Amino acid sequence: MDILGYVLQQGINGLQLGAVYALIALGYTMVYGVLRLINFAHGDIFMLGAFVAYFLIAKFGIPIYLVFIITMLACAIAGYLIEKIAYKPLRDAPKISLLITAVGVSLFLEYFLSLNAIFTPNYIAFPRPFDVKGYDLAVFTITNVQVLIFIITFISLFLLYLLIYRTNYGRAMRAVSHDKETAALMGIGIDGIISFTFIVGASLAGVGGILYSIAYPQINVFMGIMPGIKSFIAAVLGGIGIIHGAVIGGLIIGICEVFVSAFLSSTFRDGVIFIILFGVLLFKPSGIFGKRIEKV
Amino acid sequence: MRFFRESWIFLIVSVSIYIILKAFFAFNVISPYIQQICLYAVIVALTSLGLNVIYGYTGQFSLGHAAFYGIGAYTSAYLTKVLSIDGVIPFIPVLVFCGLVSGLVGYLIGIPILRLRDDFLAIATLGFGTLVRVFLDNSDKFAESLGGSRGFVGIPRITNLELVFFFLIFVIIITRNLIHSRYGLFWRCIKDDELAATSVGINTANMKLMAFTYGCMLAGIGGALYANLYSFLHPSNFDILRSIDFLIIVIIGGMGSIMGTIYASIIWVGFIEGLRIVLPAQVLDMRWVVIPILLIALMIWRPYGLMSKRRKV
Amino acid sequence: MKILDVRNLEKSFGGVKAVDQISFHIEEGEVFSIIGPNGAGKTTMFNLITGLYRPDDGRIFFIDRDITKTPTYMLAHLGIARTFQNMRLFGSLTVLENVLSSLLSKRTYNLFSAVMRTKRFAVSEKAAEEKARKFIDFFGLSGKEDYTASSLSYGEQRRLELARALSTEPRLMLIDEPGAGMNPKEIADLAETIKAIRQRYSVTIAIIEHQMNLVMNISDRIMVMDFGEKIMEGTPEEVKKDKRVIEAYLGEEMD
Ligand SMILES: Nc1ncnc2c1ncn2[C@@H]1O[C@H](COP(=O)(O)OP(=O)(O)OP(=O)(O)O)[C@@H](O)[C@H]1O
Ligand SMILES: [Mg+2]
Repeated sequence: MDILGYVLQQGINGLQLGAVYALIALGYTMVYGVLRLINFAHGDIFMLGAFVAYFLIAKFGIPIYLVFIITMLACAIAGYLIEKIAYKPLRDAPKISLLITAVGVSLFLEYFLSLNAIFTPNYIAFPRPFDVKGYDLAVFTITNVQVLIFIITFISLFLLYLLIYRTNYGRAMRAVSHDKETAALMGIGIDGIISFTFIVGASLAGVGGILYSIAYPQINVFMGIMPGIKSFIAAVLGGIGIIHGAVIGGLIIGICEVFVSAFLSSTFRDGVIFIILFGVLLFKPSGIFGKRIEKV
Repeated sequence: MRFFRESWIFLIVSVSIYIILKAFFAFNVISPYIQQICLYAVIVALTSLGLNVIYGYTGQFSLGHAAFYGIGAYTSAYLTKVLSIDGVIPFIPVLVFCGLVSGLVGYLIGIPILRLRDDFLAIATLGFGTLVRVFLDNSDKFAESLGGSRGFVGIPRITNLELVFFFLIFVIIITRNLIHSRYGLFWRCIKDDELAATSVGINTANMKLMAFTYGCMLAGIGGALYANLYSFLHPSNFDILRSIDFLIIVIIGGMGSIMGTIYASIIWVGFIEGLRIVLPAQVLDMRWVVIPILLIALMIWRPYGLMSKRRKV
Repeated sequence: MKILDVRNLEKSFGGVKAVDQISFHIEEGEVFSIIGPNGAGKTTMFNLITGLYRPDDGRIFFIDRDITKTPTYMLAHLGIARTFQNMRLFGSLTVLENVLSSLLSKRTYNLFSAVMRTKRFAVSEKAAEEKARKFIDFFGLSGKEDYTASSLSYGEQRRLELARALSTEPRLMLIDEPGAGMNPKEIADLAETIKAIRQRYSVTIAIIEHQMNLVMNISDRIMVMDFGEKIMEGTPEEVKKDKRVIEAYLGEEMD
């Protein structure tokens, strides 16, 4: 295979991973928009999605489209409860307290689910609902898994777009994101919008969890940590709080990661992502699409 | 010297505690296993004190403290092994050197990232911690003896009661002197309101860097003592959970109280290790289920930290 | 002598021109007031002078020295102090510590002295504390030295912020709406305090204020701003008479 074909092939693989990151990054960015909080537990919702899907497929043999719907519902409920139980009481507390709480929620989910009585800390093979097939497209190969990921991501993004730009809830969410006080003065129920944001973000993370597990079929209760952090970095790269920024950021991070593994060494994969983070924070903290923010 | 004269009561109390501990150790009142835990508690106290300066006093939220602890530990492990150091006296310069190495890394990393605040600083320090972890996991590719993900074995055991105890005392006095000087005042100003601090003429960037560097230095010394206490290191000893350990200690200790941090370290290590003795292995896994719940509850109950008002040392 | 000279200063936020090509100067020793309706750009002007914002265009000179790009903390050392519109005290620090923060931010003793507790440390600390007590006394806060700033009453906090600013021993002091939320009696006291600051410490004062009687009482010259632009500048008498000012701003209040 010639070099161009190889690069293209890795590009496709990168987009596959990036699509998942994009789905997770959306949740980070939306929650940051309304709460100014890095929801550390978001990566664990992604993990939860993978496990719910695992049980639905392995234990109940439910058809795939239902798996998506039920998993999204389950994640939505989890996201909703986390916000109501852990974050809401801290609405007026210092930012760091909220952040520490988020870290606490994340640890709790991981270690609670890793108990032997529950999911155990071990890796579990994820049952793919179908066999992997590759389609040779002259220069590169694309698998049915990749096609599924692209299609589902595309549908999710399209629905999200409709939700955010075409419904009152979405408009209200953007208003809160832009200026909470003014939004409250205009009669928008802030609590409702925050819940709404968590529900939407968690559902997307759930979808991400299923897709990721189909692509890399080994799941584990700690699987959400690194994709979670990387997706957050993607959100920062795109400009935190900016919806399309999260998508572009996710794709870039996914492609970078795959390229580093392919052309350098998978050892440095995570390192490079963090170097990107430092680069962004240093040179353009507001991200690719963000506007400059002034202090005071 | 004024340095000691001002802290003589503190010194007398510490020496008495030392004598009691020493007697306990010498006559085997407590088992070697518990003795080791005691030393470990002191090391944790020293390291947490570093985070207390960074976070408790200056308000810079760091999720990467364990990385600096790890840098100190690996540096010391490597040096003592390569130089085959086994006495306490030649170990002291190594300790200081490890502190300087961690401090230098903290300084270099601090220049860019300390411009960030709160959650972004958290993510950046977390990122740095992860980088260090990745490096340690692959460290055998750089130098075989570092052991990579198999762990670093065969580190000389040098750390003893005298060493940890007097380093802690020394560090407490220095830290106290810093805190009760213009530098400590500036740190607390920055924590309260960074913008106001610059407006009254405080070079906040420098002061934040100074606090961070100093805190990382203490972590480096703590790490070095730790490495030569257990003779075995593994990258997983220095992951985010360890950073959170230190963080919890600083929060419990009252964020900005030297003695609070010391007590909290002893209580925390006693609690964790005590659980290890009392509880069977399966139940022990529950630890990291219960701790986060306690942490969340603590935050909801006291969002400004336990005993959040200042106390004098 | 011009102590501050602002030339063609400009600053926009997004589409809003908060400060639009403004030039003015302040004479050493005077009380110079900036007035104008809400959102006129007054606070932005202070933020530009103190380096918290960087101007898009224009220059600022402080006693012949170009300070357009000087960092904020350096300005404090050069002799520019300020207070904030919505007060920024160190809430968890004591009154004494609040004042000490600015006194000790000067070159007093170094790290070595602090750690080793040298003689120099003791002497500087003692001197700073004595000075701090004088400032605290001057602003009528003595007896409250060990109270945390956040436990003070509103009026006391306002005075503490003035004390903290003055203790940097500035040549120019920028005061942002000191009279906000005060009753007429407190306003009258404030006017006396400001006059006293100027006399006793020979500080030049620039002040932003909405309370007209206070402004007219203490100012030597007044600059009027609206929508980021300078409408006029002159003595209190001239400002009171100016049609544009009355239209833009003073209208109701002066009748
Ligand atoms: N950091 C900022 N980001 C965006 N816009 C800002 C910022 N600071 C000020 N502005 C805008 O600049 C304009 C001038 O604001 P400024 O605070 O200077 O007004 P002001 O004259 O001090 O008003 P007031 O009397 O209410 O204090 C306003 O439209 C304000 O919204
Ligand atoms: Mg203003």
